[in-house]
Amino acid sequence: MLFNLLLMIAAVLCAFQALRTRQLLAAALWLACTSAIVAGLLYALGAHEVAVIELSVGAGLVTVLFVFGITIAGEETQEMRSLVPWALAGGLALALIGLVGWFVLPVPEASTAVAEPSFSVMLWENRGLDMLVQIGLIFAGVMGILGILAEKETAEERARANYKARQPQPPLPQPQTIHTESTPESQIKEAHA
Amino acid sequence: MSNELTIVAATVLCLLGVALYGLLTVRNLFQVIIALQILVKGALIALVMAGKISGQLNLGQSLAVTVIVADTIVAVVGLALAVQVKRYTGSLDIKNLSTLRR
Repeated sequence: MLFNLLLMIAAVLCAFQALRTRQLLAAALWLACTSAIVAGLLYALGAHEVAVIELSVGAGLVTVLFVFGITIAGEETQEMRSLVPWALAGGLALALIGLVGWFVLPVPEASTAVAEPSFSVMLWENRGLDMLVQIGLIFAGVMGILGILAEKETAEERARANYKARQPQPPLPQPQTIHTESTPESQIKEAHA
Repeated sequence: MSNELTIVAATVLCLLGVALYGLLTVRNLFQVIIALQILVKGALIALVMAGKISGQLNLGQSLAVTVIVADTIVAVVGLALAVQVKRYTGSLDIKNLSTLRR
């Protein structure tokens, strides 16, 4: 229980720090820490498979993507004033916590599993349609990335390339034979060879 | 056991609150995506916790896997859009997105 409490405090602090810091790379690293701690919490809950997936995807892949995106876009550390007053935002967040907590708490006791199928059976057979949707989602994501990240050729570059293609190519210079003057020593060496 | 689940529920609530506060206050596009990621992490823990409470942990896990995949795709597309916004407007400020209407 103490372990869960420590994980909870660490996760919330890391999440808050990820949003508070002004350096984007540091924010990405704080988010990776949050993911790793959430993976630990999931493992403690008994969801071992999801914990491993969360650790590899949430703390690994997403962090790499963030670092890649920040490297391309560049750091932007200028101070931006929030559009919503912080007191109003904090009040709304607290109201959300209170409302959801009022519905959720106190948490009922965990019931024991009754003849539940294994994780692989549940994932591939009972939730097979979900898997198909996930595959489609991944394809849609890859197509979206290819479309969005594709470098668009500007009109000026296109016109320049067309102009270059229409220009006649100058004839290539003819290769010239190089005559070297042979000295008597070199003639003797050639004769020996 | 209930105490343990209460702590997990408190974690979910705190993560949701932090993410909502972030969504309302930050103006950098990358940080908006980070706030969304934190929000989804809270939902992920809630799904697994609900599975544990109902005695169907594997069902909760399979749903959580779907959420992880969808969340990753959202992050990838969001990052690509942020890079394009930076390329076209020269800034990551969400206030500059209003210029896209012109």
